[in-house]
Amino acid sequence: MTAYEPHYPNDAHGHGHEHHHDSSGIKLFGFWVYLMTDLLIFATVFATFAVLSNSFAGGPTAKEMLRPGLHLVLVETFALLFSSITYGMAMLATYRGDKGAVLRWLGITFLFGAAFISIELYEFRHLIHEGAGPQVSAYWSAFFTLVGTHGLHVSAGLLWMLVLMFQVGSRGLTDTNKTRVGLLSLFWHFLDVVWICVFTVVYLMGVL
Amino acid sequence: MFGKLTLDAIPYHEPIIMITLAMVALGGLGLFAAVTYFKKWGYLWSEWLTSVDHKKIGVMYILVALVMLVRGFADAIMMRTHLAMAHGDGQGYLPPEHYDQIFTAHGIIMLIFVAMPLVTGLMNIVVPLQIGARDVAFPYLNSLSFWLFVGGALLINLSLGLGEFAKTGWVAYPPLSGIQYSPGVGMDYYIWSMQLSGLGTTLTGVNFIATILKMRAPGMSLMKMPIFTWTILVTCVLICGAFPPLTATLAMLSLDRYLDFHFFTNELGGNPMMYANLFWIWGHPEVYILILPAFGVFSEVVATFSRKTLFGYASMVWATAAIGVLSFVVWLHHFFTMGSGASVNAFFGIMTSIIAIPTGVKIFTWLFTIFRGRLQLNAMTWMTLGFLVTFSIGGMTGVLMAVPAADFVLHNSLFLIAHFHNVIIGGAVFGYLAGIIYWFPKAFGFKLLDRFGRYSFWCWLIGFYFAFMPLYVLGFMGMTRRLNHFDNPAWVPWVQVAVVGAVLIGIGIVFTVVQFVTSYIKRKDNLDVTGDPWDGRTLEWATSSPPPFYNFAVIPTADKIDAFHEAKKNGVELMPAPEHYEPIHMPKNTGNGLIVSAFVIAFGFAMIWHIWWLAIVGLVGAVVSFIVRSYDEDIDYYVQPEEIARIEQAHHQTKANAVVQA
Amino acid sequence: MKEEKYHRCARWLLMAIAFSALGGCDWALFNSKGQIGVEQGNLILISIGLMLIVVVPVIVMTFWFGWRYRESNEKATYMPDWAHSHKIELVVWGVPLIIVAVLAVIIWETSHSLDPYRPIESDKPALNIEVVSLDWKWLFIYPDQGVAVVNELVIPEKTPVTFHITSDTVMNALSIPQLGGMIYAMGGQRTQLNLIANEQGEFFGQSGNFSGEGFSAMRFSTHSVSDDAFAQWVDKVKQSPEVMDFATFKEVGEPGEMVNHRYPIYPVRYFGQVEPNLFNTVIGQYVTLKDSHSTAMHEAAQVQE
Repeated sequence: MTAYEPHYPNDAHGHGHEHHHDSSGIKLFGFWVYLMTDLLIFATVFATFAVLSNSFAGGPTAKEMLRPGLHLVLVETFALLFSSITYGMAMLATYRGDKGAVLRWLGITFLFGAAFISIELYEFRHLIHEGAGPQVSAYWSAFFTLVGTHGLHVSAGLLWMLVLMFQVGSRGLTDTNKTRVGLLSLFWHFLDVVWICVFTVVYLMGVL
Repeated sequence: MFGKLTLDAIPYHEPIIMITLAMVALGGLGLFAAVTYFKKWGYLWSEWLTSVDHKKIGVMYILVALVMLVRGFADAIMMRTHLAMAHGDGQGYLPPEHYDQIFTAHGIIMLIFVAMPLVTGLMNIVVPLQIGARDVAFPYLNSLSFWLFVGGALLINLSLGLGEFAKTGWVAYPPLSGIQYSPGVGMDYYIWSMQLSGLGTTLTGVNFIATILKMRAPGMSLMKMPIFTWTILVTCVLICGAFPPLTATLAMLSLDRYLDFHFFTNELGGNPMMYANLFWIWGHPEVYILILPAFGVFSEVVATFSRKTLFGYASMVWATAAIGVLSFVVWLHHFFTMGSGASVNAFFGIMTSIIAIPTGVKIFTWLFTIFRGRLQLNAMTWMTLGFLVTFSIGGMTGVLMAVPAADFVLHNSLFLIAHFHNVIIGGAVFGYLAGIIYWFPKAFGFKLLDRFGRYSFWCWLIGFYFAFMPLYVLGFMGMTRRLNHFDNPAWVPWVQVAVVGAVLIGIGIVFTVVQFVTSYIKRKDNLDVTGDPWDGRTLEWATSSPPPFYNFAVIPTADKIDAFHEAKKNGVELMPAPEHYEPIHMPKNTGNGLIVSAFVIAFGFAMIWHIWWLAIVGLVGAVVSFIVRSYDEDIDYYVQPEEIARIEQAHHQTKANAVVQA
Repeated sequence: MKEEKYHRCARWLLMAIAFSALGGCDWALFNSKGQIGVEQGNLILISIGLMLIVVVPVIVMTFWFGWRYRESNEKATYMPDWAHSHKIELVVWGVPLIIVAVLAVIIWETSHSLDPYRPIESDKPALNIEVVSLDWKWLFIYPDQGVAVVNELVIPEKTPVTFHITSDTVMNALSIPQLGGMIYAMGGQRTQLNLIANEQGEFFGQSGNFSGEGFSAMRFSTHSVSDDAFAQWVDKVKQSPEVMDFATFKEVGEPGEMVNHRYPIYPVRYFGQVEPNLFNTVIGQYVTLKDSHSTAMHEAAQVQE
């Protein structure tokens, strides 16, 4: 279509930096918009959960199944909350340009996140074992889907964090990597906020 | 090893399908042979398939859409002709299991794989040019979106020859779409083709919001943006608001089908009507996603060819935004018959009729743009006039069905079918066709022959009235939709007249194809050397046709509405050639989007047929290819001033030669 | 139901002017045999009439402006930069606004007066009929008469009928166009529809929501008859030895076989006796702790009023 064939006489990296600041701003904005679409996925699942919040169909109820494990969920919640703080430390280190500190804090964040996911999987396994699997009633379908959707997001975040740690480790805090640390930070805090809603609506309101 | 997939999945016993498949195979083989013979594979790969250039991606979207249009239309003509035979003792020629697939596929194809890519195609070609940008915000993402969309289109076409498609109607309400009542793979084809293209669409929405809000030319404040760009901005906000709920809803339906969850089942506390609610939370904004860009096209066309500034720019913008907001609070009008109570129904009915206000404003705004103008009658303006008349009728019948007490008798009748074809053909299709003719010279450097565009328009217009006015009548007679056989002799003549209309529309489609072919053959007579074939008003006409890959050698300043028109009027050069061009930063082409998408397609296909190992390969492959891309730092480059100067000089030279010859 | 004044005015006006041509034809919605249907038909005409206030000028202006301001007409005024007029913008926002405001009042009123759940005022008590949609046929249970019928509906004229509706399969909609509106039939849920036939006659009934391969076969005849004829008909059904119990219900609910690539319409079948409470049993299969969502929503809405 274009009448002129593009060819690549000069690679951009190593060239002027004037566009980088600009493109990082656009990336950040675009990522915000993406997060809003993701939020709407959560909103849809939340709405579904709300509609089905009493549809136990004669099977196990939320109260009797979730109450005993609530302390574990509280631990899980704090693990995620702390991971947000440690991610904040990683961000500060990024601003300083301290590569070692970034890797350390990202590592700690990763461990907290992994702990969160492990507890969640344990809880799922336990519930299914006790006869409250997602096939039992509409409520449990919605429960596993809502909590699981968040869990999948956290897992994706962990994978991203791992890749990013390798990239920062091998290439250092380049402009691209700095932007990426910032984007993952948005994603991570976003998941934290969503979890607070999940914890409140599913666990606290469901049990108390 | 291959899950549910066996050789029995090929419908050997269906002659219609087998002949179609044979023709597609022959055509595909011919195309393959031709590309090989002319040694064009390399060109195709490096210039098109791996391109991140928004103009080329836009062209590819429209190409896919036009191919799918032919399939969607074939479905339509089969439905119409079958029904014209299948009454009383007549059986027609389509058994229910085939007929039901056809009307489901017709709906999904026309909406998701024709109308949507026409929208995304036009916005890809036009928006960056209109706002004076050199590309979209995320060019790689744009390519990925396109290939995901192609993946969806591929899956739905695969369902023709391998297995079946959904037999549920395009809304796929559970429990009918649940595993108990639809155990076949058809519903899974539906789910995964929608999911793939839906994901692509969402990413496109994100991309263009960022592009429009962050990459406008200096001086172009929001209230100075061309109206088409405004409609696309609102469209993309609607996309980002509406498609995620669809993704989530289809995911829940999948969990019901694959893992025995109980979201939408009759039993164990499931709630099928929740699906209807969630589906229309996407579905209603979706119709505005389709119509708003068409509104944008009409705004550009009517101002350009009336040789006059668009009347009431601010009204137009506010009306567009109001329609966008309101589209999210009307979804329940699709199922008043659920029995939600009078006050709930009344609320949604009133909200829906309120949409008529901004829509009415827009109609009058176009009319008053023509008022005291100099309207040039061509295919595009004929479509605009045809739209104004036809769409007003469609709008009226739409508001009528928003009156809950009236909807109780009109719901799901052929009146509804007539209504939405009235607004889609009379609104969206005319808009897209006009948009294609309008921006064709910008994309390809030569104009389309207007004559065949006008023929096409008249066929579509008259065909529409013949095909759908009888459906209004049949609706009043109480005929419900999706029947594949009926007994009432009073309905027969109306059903038969509708076939005539469908045939006329078919001729309209043929004329569009003829228009492309003859225009290509005679392109030398219709070259657009100036870059401004219509005496246009907005920035896309300020650069050459087709534009260089970087769009603008110098970023224009646009501190007025219709900045290009103002510059021409005042005899000012909008983009004076500087002494030295600055280097231009551009993205490099990449095949990664295509590769990621190929893995995703494999994943979708594997999920449909329960080939679990392939599903894992597809998913892991997609994630890994995406990560590989994140390691690639060789993604952009600078176009050097010498090259820019060479390209620009060549353009100025052709332009000057043209002036001399004239 | 009370006939409101504006209904009557607009009805005559519109009947006389715009739609006189429809008088003699058999368009179900304008040839309604039920009070609800008549009022819905009028409502449609009134709404169309209201909107034509905008639509007709639009169509006229399109032709007029398109012709008057064509390129070749040098005589017409040409004002290339004219793009604002507060007066015109006021009118183009104002007129649709007023019309929609009027329409909103009509919507609110008729949504309540023609609410399918609203019992129809009458001297006679309402006849209760329980309706179950099956693959692909309709079961009508007359609980007070103790009979059940498949694929035939007989009602006494000028008597309000309350349909209690559910489904033992996917979603359907009970639709008898010549009597008035339709309501969905949904598994595990109970919906309601109130209709009345103004005169005797035979009207076609169907499902108004696609329900699978045998959907086209979900047709039945509705007979509106005199009170005496209705009583006789009930007696006739009572003489049938067949009993509608849960087992028979399930047998009737089987989809059946295709003949000539089409599901035949299930023949009319009479049941002289019905298992008590069968309708609730059918709903109860799906409802355990769940309450009937739709009815609950409806009741909640009624309470608010």
